[in-house]
Amino acid sequence: MIHMNEVYETNQMILEDNLDVRTITMGISLLDCRSDNLQEFCTKIYDKITGRAKDLVKTADYVAKEYAIPIVNKRISVTPIALAAGFKNPEDYIEIAKTLDAAAKAMEVNFIGGFSALVQKGTTEEDQALMLAIPEALAQTERVCSSVNVGSSKAGINMDAIRLLGKIIKELAEKTKAADSIGCAKFVIFTNAPDDNPFMAGAFHGVTNADTLIHVGVSGPGVVKKALEQCRGKKFEVLSETIKKISFKITRVGMLVGQEVAERLGYPFGIIDLSLAPTPAIGDSIADILELMGLESVGAPGTTAALALLNDQVKKGGIMASSAVGGLSGAFIPVSEDQGMIQAVERGSLTLEKLEAMTCVCSVGLDMVAVPGDTSAATISGLIADEMAIGMINNKTTAVRIIPVSGKKVGEYAEFGGLLGTAPIMPINSFSCQEFINRQGFIPAPIHSFKN
Amino acid sequence: MKRAIITVVGKDSVGIIAGVCTYLAEKQINILDITQSIRDCFFNMMMIVDITPQMENLSDISEELVKLGEKLNVKIMLQLEDIFDSMHRI
Repeated sequence: MIHMNEVYETNQMILEDNLDVRTITMGISLLDCRSDNLQEFCTKIYDKITGRAKDLVKTADYVAKEYAIPIVNKRISVTPIALAAGFKNPEDYIEIAKTLDAAAKAMEVNFIGGFSALVQKGTTEEDQALMLAIPEALAQTERVCSSVNVGSSKAGINMDAIRLLGKIIKELAEKTKAADSIGCAKFVIFTNAPDDNPFMAGAFHGVTNADTLIHVGVSGPGVVKKALEQCRGKKFEVLSETIKKISFKITRVGMLVGQEVAERLGYPFGIIDLSLAPTPAIGDSIADILELMGLESVGAPGTTAALALLNDQVKKGGIMASSAVGGLSGAFIPVSEDQGMIQAVERGSLTLEKLEAMTCVCSVGLDMVAVPGDTSAATISGLIADEMAIGMINNKTTAVRIIPVSGKKVGEYAEFGGLLGTAPIMPINSFSCQEFINRQGFIPAPIHSFKN
Repeated sequence: MKRAIITVVGKDSVGIIAGVCTYLAEKQINILDITQSIRDCFFNMMMIVDITPQMENLSDISEELVKLGEKLNVKIMLQLEDIFDSMHRI
């Protein structure tokens, strides 16, 4: 029998500490929509998405009500479009993006992910066309998210793609200049991208997945923070155990909600992604957790170790709670979406270089980082290459979501609003890497890729 | 049987339990267990109920309980029991 104190503990997490199900994401395969004709392809994908997802929002909202736990976002991920579409003209991909946007709006989901290409081992004509279409596609749509996987521990890094994407990001920033280059907030570059990630902007439905799946992403930095308030001055072992236990509890709730939604929609449950994802709301911050561990401000020496501990214990708690843990699962450190991170940048304690070090031990990478608008394409490519190298060598997912805010300088802010938050523009090392980036070809796969 | 937990929290006054129980009786919802305490004039109650007869209308019942809570000057929440089982039981 459930005890009163257990009921109050759960409800306190929900009502006071911002525990929520961050996203229910429906993954839909578009591989069966192939066609030589663009219009036919667009009709097919629109029909398939709107057919599969027609009850998604309604069902998720109903389940949320039954358990009195908020399900903040309802989203859709699809097969990487470069694989599903097979067209070679960038113009065609802009049409496809508009179709995806229309489907997302019709289904009332806030994002649709999968305007993507996987080019770690080489770029096909379709991949190239999709990448060239990204600036216009994201500028002309509202809810489409895009990603490109440029590297993996097995294949190495496609430096030609990185060189191109530096320019693409600049172009995308310029095209969405009026809204502080918001287009770049919907585009992410990966190494070792998980193909079942429910979180945006990097969600896509990998080709090895079943036709339609329901994934769930849970979050709860506020809950972890609350639990750690009881651990001031205690040993690291106590700190670790506390994080692990609370992660277990959060994951179990997410699992229940995800499975319930999947069952009612009649599609298989995919994975649960337990990621401590901050929001701009006060108290919903990863930086606050790190500071509660004993740092004066995020970025201080010790930050990487604190984040490593947090990330690892979150994963351990999650793994114990569910056998379907997938996606990114860990701690996100997006700057613009985390009030504590923003403050750390303002105080001068958190720099881009320290963030890069932190990405070696967190679950993603350089996320929602704004840099001056006059940053060169080569410098952006250099930054991407660094981050991808970290992922490749360490067998982990790394990502870059960087916003060179057109027309703005260090000290100014980019305002995105909503979950994307406010980004302080950070200084970036101004020494050139042009000659390095201009080289053609691939960085070969690392020695530990040869495990057969 | 599908069980749900109803929590009632707020400042103590006359008729809170009566109000909630009358409503539940009207809706044919059987009460299986009640735990209640008052600390510093603060009213705390948890009920375990059999929600089976109203599973189809759970959303409406939930909203009506919130409204009843406003009338009684307390906060009422209804949740399926599974969420607590999942979180607190292995």
